[in-house]
Amino acid sequence: MSLLIRNGRVIDPANGVDAGADVLIADGSIQRVGPSLLAPANVEILDATGKVVCPGFIDIHVHLREPGYEYKETVATGTRAAAAGGFTAVCCMANTDPVNDNRSVTDYILAKARSEGVVRVYPIGAVTRDLAGKELAELAELAEAGCVAFSDDGNPVMDAALYRRAMEYTLPFGTPVISHAEDAHLARGTCMNEGVVSTELGLDGAPAAAEDVMVARDILLAELTGAHVHIAHLSTAGAVRLVRDAKARGVRVTAEVTPHHLVLTEDAVRGYDPNTKMNPPLRTKRDVEALVEALADGTIDCIATDHAPHSLAEKEGAFDDAAFGIVGLETAVALLLDRLVHGGVLPLATLVARLSTDPARLLRLRGGSLGAGAPADVTILDLDAEVDVDPARFRSRSRNTPFAGWTLRGHPWKTIVGGRVVNP
Amino acid sequence: MAWTRKDLVTIRDLDASEITLLVDTAASLQEIATREIKKVPALRGKTIVNLFYEPSTRTRTSFEIAGKWLSADVINFSVNGSSAAKGESLVDTAKNIEAMSPDVVVVRHGSAGAAELLARELGCAIVNAGDGAHEHPTQALLDLLTIRERKGHFEGLHVAIVGDIAHSRVARSNLHGMRKLGMTVTVAGPPTLIPPFVQELGAKVSYRLEDAIRDVDVIMMLRLQQERMTRGLIPSLREYSRYWGLSLEKLAAHARPDVLIMHPGPVNRGVELSPEVADGPYSVILDQVAKGVAVRMGVLVLLAGRKAEGAA
Repeated sequence: MSLLIRNGRVIDPANGVDAGADVLIADGSIQRVGPSLLAPANVEILDATGKVVCPGFIDIHVHLREPGYEYKETVATGTRAAAAGGFTAVCCMANTDPVNDNRSVTDYILAKARSEGVVRVYPIGAVTRDLAGKELAELAELAEAGCVAFSDDGNPVMDAALYRRAMEYTLPFGTPVISHAEDAHLARGTCMNEGVVSTELGLDGAPAAAEDVMVARDILLAELTGAHVHIAHLSTAGAVRLVRDAKARGVRVTAEVTPHHLVLTEDAVRGYDPNTKMNPPLRTKRDVEALVEALADGTIDCIATDHAPHSLAEKEGAFDDAAFGIVGLETAVALLLDRLVHGGVLPLATLVARLSTDPARLLRLRGGSLGAGAPADVTILDLDAEVDVDPARFRSRSRNTPFAGWTLRGHPWKTIVGGRVVNP
Repeated sequence: MAWTRKDLVTIRDLDASEITLLVDTAASLQEIATREIKKVPALRGKTIVNLFYEPSTRTRTSFEIAGKWLSADVINFSVNGSSAAKGESLVDTAKNIEAMSPDVVVVRHGSAGAAELLARELGCAIVNAGDGAHEHPTQALLDLLTIRERKGHFEGLHVAIVGDIAHSRVARSNLHGMRKLGMTVTVAGPPTLIPPFVQELGAKVSYRLEDAIRDVDVIMMLRLQQERMTRGLIPSLREYSRYWGLSLEKLAAHARPDVLIMHPGPVNRGVELSPEVADGPYSVILDQVAKGVAVRMGVLVLLAGRKAEGAA
């Protein structure tokens, strides 16, 4: 089966392409990219005039919740949400029940992805058994089973010696350790950013330093071990500065930022909407500006959603009792196009790179390129369509978003995985 | 002017004329307490539910007496925090209560924002009787009424609020109310008990009791929660009391002779206040409690009365 995507603007950062071109796909791979390609016999034609054709977007930070929390999300619903949001691949975090700290859980997730998933799924294994921070999980076997990185996401590993050993032990596999950078003591009992808003609202706030001290620690451990440490959901101006300095020194540190930390500040918490509660918390305007700048200059390598589905019951009560996190897969691309690209603060080609080429590079995933022979994973954008965010229409099983009712310009038009259109 | 809001959730949202209306209304209702028969028909046929998720003696009793003196039917609904956490959600509980058609629900909850949540979800009037460390508007109103009766006015007065400001809803409501009425507010305590950026809410900050109480018209001492030590906020009650406890000696040495000493209660005698100060001539603590009933009557009349006008 083959597919010819006609007349789009092709942005392929991996190959330095930004031009009007056709993309020919056959047998699940990219065959050719170029102007006015000849259509082979029996090819299906997709007219992408006025659209932007990109390598498939990859979200390296997603909670699919299966096994164990199928009432929040499953591999089936989560991958459909990904496809609807323009993502052709997701990496799923290990905080399932049971935890993905052994091969049988990894195998289960991959089997579910094969039988029920519609986009590619790459599991991330736990660093420590049961995410308890006490002893290492069986990291070699997890890597062999297909885990592309290791993280106790949700829980910081407070034992620096253990974290150092995890970095050393995984060196031969080339898999990064992904750090949920949060000092558990500084952040204990908190539910938002510490600042004037937390003071006004009477909520316990975590200082930015709770994140920064752990980013600093993990950079130092990466320097000590030579390992690649990736900072998840970086959210402070201080952490940006630390990562920028470390990269200049040649430390193998990379970082991601979420769409919500790029567009919302702590002011959104006024009104106590539990859908503005996440970890790390929404920060200040100064932090947001630093994050956008760092994303543009490459200090922050990629965008990841931290898609964190929760049921209504977990997100409707008092703010301090509510669960942390929001869904992100189905709003990310539209938010980023509207606020950053149309907002004039990030070039489109940079956004495309931070969603495709860069995450593929960080975790050494196939994809992130439209070069000949690459997997035929393609995201096509409509930059001008206006959409209203309506959680009732989400493919995700959960609805916990602070963006309900927002009107956004630009959204994913088609999502193609292995040459097959999976959305719409 | 007339009261227009459905709920009383914060002082922060009110303007000075609304605060004055609430205080004036309370002042006019004070004489009911002096009558032989303490009953007026203002809220006959109205139902008030006291929905308390935290233990409370004086606030709940005060609302109950206020409702009964106004001839309303008052129902107390106390929920043990832990069993509520396991079972029915706050919104579900409140909707069940609303299904029984109360006119006013008075809510106290350990979570900041709980009253605002109910005000949004329920059609009846909501009175915030304290939500976490956020606000406690009726406490601020009774404090304001007490101050005005003693000092005759608000404008230009200087108040020191001393103690655990960070965890105090009383401090927040008073800070907002006092600032709106033209008063100067200094918050004082060890830095670990002063919330970050409180200056941006209009407060001055002092880290020394002797400085904080100099030349102020009112000193409001806050209760120190015993568990603050376990979280590393203060080393010991002994040390706190030594540096932040208000004694007659400190008063005589540093405060003005006509200063008022206030405390929202319950007092930790010997910790934030020495017994001689708590019971001394400067103290208006029991007057505050008495004013509490008048303030709650005023709030209930304005909120329940608004509904009656709307229906007419």
